[in-house]
Amino acid sequence: MIPVLFIVIPLVSGLALFFFKNEKPARSFALFSSLISLVISILGLTAFSSGQHLQFAVTWLGFLGSSFSVKVDGMGQVLCLLTAVSYPLIFIATWKNQYRKANNYFALMLLTQAGLMGVFVAMDALLFYFFWELAVIPMYFLCSQWGGEKRIQATIKFFIYTFLGSVLMLVGIIYLYSKTPEHSFSIEAFYKLGKTLSYETQEWVFWLFFFAFAVKMPIFPFHTWQPDLYEQSGSSITMVLSGVMVKMGVFACLRWLLPVVSIASYRWGDVVTSMAVIGILYASLIALKQDDLKRMVAYSSIAHIGLMGATIFSETYVGFQGVMIQMFNHCINIIGMWIVVDMIEKKCGTRKISELGGLAQRAPSLAIFAMVIGLANVALPLTNAFIGEFMMFNGIFSSSVTQYNIVFTVLAGIGIILAAIYILNMIRKVFFGDLKNSTARATDTGWSENFVLSVIVILILWMGVYPDSLLQLTKEISETILSNSDITSLLTKH
Amino acid sequence: MNALILSAVWGVVMMFSGILLKQRSAIRNFALVGLVLVLSANILEMSGTVFFHIDTKGMLVFDRFSLLAGTIIFASTLLYLIVSSKEIERVGIHYADYLALIFFILCGISLVVSFKSLLLLFLGIELITIPLYILTGSDKKNLKSNEASLKYFLLGAFSTSLMLMGIALIYGVTGSFMSLSVGVVKGEPSVLLIAGMILLLFSMAFKASVAPFHFWAPDAYDGAPTVFTSFMATVVKAASFLAFIRLFEDAFGSLQKQWQLWMAIFTAATLFIGNITAIFQQSVKKMLIYSSISQAGFMMLAIYAMNSDAKEGLIMYIAAYCLATIGLFAVLAKMSDYTFEGFNGFAKNHPLLAATMTIFLLSLAGIPLTAGFISKFYMLKAAVNTQHNLWLVIFAVVMAAVSIFYYFRLIQAMYFREGTVPKLQTTPAFRVTLVLLAAAVILLGIFPNLLLYWLYF
Repeated sequence: MIPVLFIVIPLVSGLALFFFKNEKPARSFALFSSLISLVISILGLTAFSSGQHLQFAVTWLGFLGSSFSVKVDGMGQVLCLLTAVSYPLIFIATWKNQYRKANNYFALMLLTQAGLMGVFVAMDALLFYFFWELAVIPMYFLCSQWGGEKRIQATIKFFIYTFLGSVLMLVGIIYLYSKTPEHSFSIEAFYKLGKTLSYETQEWVFWLFFFAFAVKMPIFPFHTWQPDLYEQSGSSITMVLSGVMVKMGVFACLRWLLPVVSIASYRWGDVVTSMAVIGILYASLIALKQDDLKRMVAYSSIAHIGLMGATIFSETYVGFQGVMIQMFNHCINIIGMWIVVDMIEKKCGTRKISELGGLAQRAPSLAIFAMVIGLANVALPLTNAFIGEFMMFNGIFSSSVTQYNIVFTVLAGIGIILAAIYILNMIRKVFFGDLKNSTARATDTGWSENFVLSVIVILILWMGVYPDSLLQLTKEISETILSNSDITSLLTKH
Repeated sequence: MNALILSAVWGVVMMFSGILLKQRSAIRNFALVGLVLVLSANILEMSGTVFFHIDTKGMLVFDRFSLLAGTIIFASTLLYLIVSSKEIERVGIHYADYLALIFFILCGISLVVSFKSLLLLFLGIELITIPLYILTGSDKKNLKSNEASLKYFLLGAFSTSLMLMGIALIYGVTGSFMSLSVGVVKGEPSVLLIAGMILLLFSMAFKASVAPFHFWAPDAYDGAPTVFTSFMATVVKAASFLAFIRLFEDAFGSLQKQWQLWMAIFTAATLFIGNITAIFQQSVKKMLIYSSISQAGFMMLAIYAMNSDAKEGLIMYIAAYCLATIGLFAVLAKMSDYTFEGFNGFAKNHPLLAATMTIFLLSLAGIPLTAGFISKFYMLKAAVNTQHNLWLVIFAVVMAAVSIFYYFRLIQAMYFREGTVPKLQTTPAFRVTLVLLAAAVILLGIFPNLLLYWLYF
């Protein structure tokens, strides 16, 4: 029942919110609903972590061979947990933000959550496609209604891009479905079919799927929608987009791409990894030159996701584990980063690094939080990202499916160095030095921000010191993915 | 058979009702009653109650497919009349005659969804198009309406003559008008047969406004009064496709190799021209007209694939497309400004209408949980199941992504842009019907079985 609750609670409360009149109750109700989701996800990890609580299946569209089949496995646990954790954080962090038609805003936010949860638990390809699209529709309305001047154009670009990706994926899904002997959309049928497909068909399907996932992640050169959208949308929306929604792409690669079309993934692995590595360097270099804080964080996010993309296609156990934990860490870190940026913008009225300076004198606690979160973004030891990135580099380096381990590792490693440069540079320019006009009258953080940022810092340090709490969860699924996408046995057969 | 005879009779009675009934509302109610009768008679026939037993010598066969198709058509027309009968009143003084013509069209439609003889196909097509020429030109004082009517008439007559020629050639080969007799011809298909088939293909493509035979459609649709554009672009177009698939399945199913590539090319061309031209339109009416061409491209996938999925899919597609487009046109017909800018800020004054229109647009764009998605899904499934020409499927979905641009432009205008829209006069019946249409779109999107069940049981 747990996965059903994951979907139903935000869905129902989201729909109910459309009928709220006032802002105050809508806000509290949204927070309440997101907290319930969080409680359920924690219960799912502890009290009800046995098999029968974590899955649910009922026939739906039976004549098509599709069913409403949902299940939370290790990877699902991590992703549902990160969705459930990030929503209350986001709501509290932006507690004081004012919105026009606040009830609609919160309704759409929760509907997005329902879609995201659905993507993470769906065990049926058609259901997965449904949720994949449904997560984006409320997002479209969110981004178009609340945000900067050019939001409408930025959003339609994002939407057409992702829609194109997902319909291509739909063709891939239908194609695989037509090949399954029992005409079924279930994930088991797809995994089984994957073992028998010829290389030529796999190649087709691979690109149909991968385009959708690459746009979502985004991997270079499919990233062009991302900086514009992050810059234009409201800060809380950007947090959902970059914290949770991009994980859909990473997650989908692990669940629907590697195990299903493993030979094509192996054959095109080097190309994809090259794209990802180019993306890391390219995005990091651009981030160096950005004056706008939001754009800088947006580009740094492309670099971080690029590393996950590269690791996925290195197909090693330690790499998969690294991706799993890094999905969670990246979400926490980037939300922290956006909160800091949002606060700087609110307090100083600008996001331009060149117009900021000396903020630490006025807002010391914000400076401390920003420093910790910034260092986590650089992957300093003892922070969460260090664990994740170390494991991912280890994965790329020890990969047996590529001959270019060293090149990829070194080039991706340069990305880390660049990250250190732009993050530390940003912190130096914004928080230290002389006060400027914009920062002269800034104030320090309030209770809600302090609370959220403390939670984030605690999570950062916890995962940095004791990552095992998450790694235990995903151990089994990482091994399953690896064995499902093991190409050595397949290659001898073909 | 029930609906066929009832609609013909009611059409004749309707013509005289203009003299007998003085009140316009009485005429309207009379037409609505007639339509409800036609619809329920057709539904009764689905469950086995046939009122009229007439031996047609096998020229008309009312099977599951044709009865279900008929039900969708009549139900769409009923909904159409409820939401737009007020606008029909405004077109001209011959209110009863317009409604009578609609009944004649319905009579023609019941012929083309159930024909087994090419002659009855011809008869049905003529029964549909001749009243349409009149309806297109019904705004007599408007030059554009006159021009549209003339253009439509000339090109329509031309394509009908192509059809007659094709039928004649096929008769020459098989010695029979029955559509099933073509499949009986043994050996290599003769040149005469192929020529006849191609002529029929072209003329059907004309009627269904499939590129490159679509040129009449934008002019005729744009010139016609908007209420009738709605009818032409939904119910009539749906009927053309039903006739199209019936003709090619019965008569030319065995010649699939000969025409499949033609269909593929027509499909791609229709999708391309419909979608790309729709992007550049500044008027919502023209956008919907080109969108109807691009949707026709998707329906062509069914005819291209011609398997069991295709027939189910076409039924679904027609239902989804008619529901959504009738709803959109119903609101559009009430607007005075047809441009996209005219819809700026629409959601503020009309939250309910804007919400239903958004659902219709999402359905046309093929977003999951709407009927539009399931129907597009069926089309893609049918086309993928043919196991060749995968490029066509990919091209179709790329074009579906293009269509987002113009459908969402209307959503953007309604919700995200500032502007003032004059308050529209809407009756409660109008609003309730729109909500029903939207609910049906969502319901079919979640449980398509509700409709497809009737195809088999």
